Amino acid sequence: MDWTQSLTLVAPEELLSVAGLILLLCAAWRGDKASRPISWLAVAVLVVASAMVAPALCGGASGQASEAFFGQFRADAFASYAKLLIFASAIAALVVAPAYFERVRAMRAEYPVLVLFASLGMAIMVSASNLMTLYIGLEMNSLAAYVLAAFLRGDERSAEAGLKYFVLGALASGILLFGMSLVYGFTGTTSYAGIATALTGDLATGATFGIVFMLAGLAFKISAVPFHMWTPDVYQGAPTPVTAFFASAPKVAALAVTMRVALEAFGQQIPAWQPIVIFAALASIVVGALGAIGQQNIKRLLAYSSINNVGFMLIGLAAATPAGAAAMLVYLAIYVAMTVGSFVVVLMLKDQDGNPVEAIGDLAGLSSERKVLAACFAMLMFSLAGIPPLFGFWGKFVVFQSAVQAGLIPLAAIGIAASVIGAFYYLKVVKIMYFDEPVGKALGKSDWMHQAILALCVLAISPLGYLATKCLGHYAQLAATALFGGA
Amino acid sequence: MSGFPILSLMIFLPLVAGIVCLFASSEQARVIALGATLLDLALGLLLWNQYDIGGAQWQFTEKLPLFAGFSWALGIDGIALMLLMLSVFLMPICIGASWISIDKRVGEYMAAFLLMEALMIGVFAAQDLFLFYIFFEAGLIPMYLIIGVWGGADRIYASYKFFLYTLFGSVLMLIAMLWMVNEAGTTDIPTLMAYDFAPEAQTWLWLAFFASFAVKMPMWPVHTWLPDAHVQAPTAGSVILAGVLLKMGGYGFIRFSLPMFPEASAQFAWLVFGLSMAAVIITSLIALVQHDMKKLIAYSSVAHMAIVTIGLFAFNVQGLEGAMIVMLSHGLVSGALFLAVGVIYDRLHTREIARYGGLAINMPYYALFFMLFTMASIGLPGTSGFVGEFLSLGGIYQVSSWVALVCTTGIILGAAYMLYLYRRVIFGVQTNADAAAMPDLDLREWLMMVPLAAAVLWMGLYPESFLAPMRQDIAALDARLARAKPEGDAKVTAGKPAEKKSEHHEPAAAPEGAH
Repeated sequence: MDWTQSLTLVAPEELLSVAGLILLLCAAWRGDKASRPISWLAVAVLVVASAMVAPALCGGASGQASEAFFGQFRADAFASYAKLLIFASAIAALVVAPAYFERVRAMRAEYPVLVLFASLGMAIMVSASNLMTLYIGLEMNSLAAYVLAAFLRGDERSAEAGLKYFVLGALASGILLFGMSLVYGFTGTTSYAGIATALTGDLATGATFGIVFMLAGLAFKISAVPFHMWTPDVYQGAPTPVTAFFASAPKVAALAVTMRVALEAFGQQIPAWQPIVIFAALASIVVGALGAIGQQNIKRLLAYSSINNVGFMLIGLAAATPAGAAAMLVYLAIYVAMTVGSFVVVLMLKDQDGNPVEAIGDLAGLSSERKVLAACFAMLMFSLAGIPPLFGFWGKFVVFQSAVQAGLIPLAAIGIAASVIGAFYYLKVVKIMYFDEPVGKALGKSDWMHQAILALCVLAISPLGYLATKCLGHYAQLAATALFGGA
Repeated sequence: MSGFPILSLMIFLPLVAGIVCLFASSEQARVIALGATLLDLALGLLLWNQYDIGGAQWQFTEKLPLFAGFSWALGIDGIALMLLMLSVFLMPICIGASWISIDKRVGEYMAAFLLMEALMIGVFAAQDLFLFYIFFEAGLIPMYLIIGVWGGADRIYASYKFFLYTLFGSVLMLIAMLWMVNEAGTTDIPTLMAYDFAPEAQTWLWLAFFASFAVKMPMWPVHTWLPDAHVQAPTAGSVILAGVLLKMGGYGFIRFSLPMFPEASAQFAWLVFGLSMAAVIITSLIALVQHDMKKLIAYSSVAHMAIVTIGLFAFNVQGLEGAMIVMLSHGLVSGALFLAVGVIYDRLHTREIARYGGLAINMPYYALFFMLFTMASIGLPGTSGFVGEFLSLGGIYQVSSWVALVCTTGIILGAAYMLYLYRRVIFGVQTNADAAAMPDLDLREWLMMVPLAAAVLWMGLYPESFLAPMRQDIAALDARLARAKPEGDAKVTAGKPAEKKSEHHEPAAAPEGAH
């Protein structure tokens, strides 16, 4: 293990941190009027970073060769897959932001910098192969995220969202740390590989507690039931571009971390955590679906929808097989496209003065006023509900396929039956847009950047997406193989 | 067969036309939709013409491994061919039925219908299990929009009910499909049709498929979405719903449940019989007391579909052929009846039976067509309804006299409610001045009624044209089912050996397929 090799492996993270610091200096020097150029530079940095992580995925990097700093950090295909999704979400969050913030004169040059640091934190999280690295990445991401949630300083709801996110996030970190300390106490190591070796055979009670607490802490981060309560409030209060970011990138990162911890560190103790994951999966599907029904605010509805979707992804984790992991990764990619697309639609819903329209009732008759926008949103809703031929179906399909292959047929049957409940509220949105009389609220013009991002997302979730199944499946498979210790 | 991908073309033609319709004006959209559906009908006729009766079981096959886990595999046998023909035949008529009555969002409406057509063709032509599922489920979206946007007063409730009922049925089927593919290692439908699943597994798989097809069919007691959806849908929506969408349930039974799970089908035949008997009697009685014409016809659909299910689960050639003909006939007849209701609805904007009366005086031609379709619905000899019901009941009689007895009673009740409807609408005194002032059929309506009437009579007088392509496939299915065949209760003993002895034993013996 020489330093050059380690430093090469973490090159994308180095780029992000150095670029983040330089851009922060630029922001300090040039002030808020430079926020647009800084945003574009941040996007460029993320694009370069994506290009730097891509080879590890294409080459299917895994095992010893991908380890840096004595096994603290692993730049394998799995991490690379997650990073690509994270960077893509971050780029979307950067691109859609200026149009939103400039209207309320709140565009600040710190925004792109914070997004960069959050992405850096997430990149470290997904590459972590040691509990210490994991925690550093997690906190790095969280600190940036707390500030982002409260970014509209003048807006009470935004401040409230930031505070809630901070308090509950700190609680989650505390629970996670408690779990980690127990696991460390019972295994004597913080490295995933070491934990996996130590946790074989019968499990000590303390170690079980450690596993449970760690999973609980992670469940907070992925907003799985019963640790989901913060999600609707934070999603509603945070500025919409930030919500789009929260609903996509940190979800990817936290789920990837959960996968790595569960399958790698606790890979020998699947029976110990499988029931927990199964419960969280089913509870998230049901609570996410039922909770969404009564919502009046579109952002809250999408928050419940993300809880619901996390439930489906956890079914792939419950399978605890490489196929299940690959299915989760495929679902994550599709989920990112659907979520970003949905929030971009929310960004585009403005009244004639440019004020955001967030009440679901105000979308009534949108299809006769803004045909294309309504059609895109309807496609996203059907896709989130998992109705074929839209691509959202494919995510559910592969997840349930892996569950059936792993013999979890009752879980799959209950999960898919519960998905019908979820279909109800997605249908409700379509009904309001298509069947109700127009109210003439959401008439405002939208920014071309928003339109471009939305077009990309809708294209991805359209039936044309099926043509990408082979390629997506191939890369997800490479990533999952790396997670299970190489071919 | 030629390598020309005619089935793909038939799927993509309406799809492309539908996308064009979205951007066209109302006038253009109507013309584009009509043109596309007529072109698809022409392709369908070409397909029928080129279909080699007695040739390979699967014809016009295409296979492209485009996707991960499943492939774009199309191909048809005689059964699929007939249902496909029904779809392409009804589509231009549906477009015609919506020509004037739909005046808002015409482009989107036509696009939804064309998308629907593409998906229906896909369902009948798919040879890959998951491709089938995608087409099968995707049909929910356009139908949901058609009912919800262009439907009647209570359309929103009806559209939800339609969507969620059918979705719930289908998702369980998806889990069963995943299991099957995992077990058999292939998604190819023809291969799966010959695969023998363990009998214990079949039970569960059958139930999962049943959940989907019974809702789609619809069977009593999960039929309640149908009257709501029918009543609220626009005329053309009802036609396509009754004409083709309901057939997907029957097609599912004949393509999946029976050949893939013969033992389980035999095991659950009593369940199907019980539900069908209940359906025939109960829904017929409900139909008798309806005040709403569309609702009456909707309930009669449930009763007719029950005749299909008993025919399917009779496990003999007669029953299967009968079930297929009832499906085709019902597609034409109920479609025509909904159209007939649509004709007077367009004039008076009510479906209340009591608001009409004595139409024979001012609308004689209309009365004539309505009479023909009423008779076909009752199953009068000479119309398509008779052939199907006779074969179907003949098939079930070999298995159970009781089921045959109860279901035949249902036919009598069917005659009662249909004739009662006819008397109240067409005959009697003209009590309502506005109804008495309605003009007779115009040219557009003639053009829609005549082909339907011709098809009904053709199928009634010379069903051989429709039976011939299916004969070989039904015989193959019968052979597949032979091992699980339940013993009949009739214990029919053959009479004195007659000259044509062979015909009594094997009506579908190989030589007959040749002519």
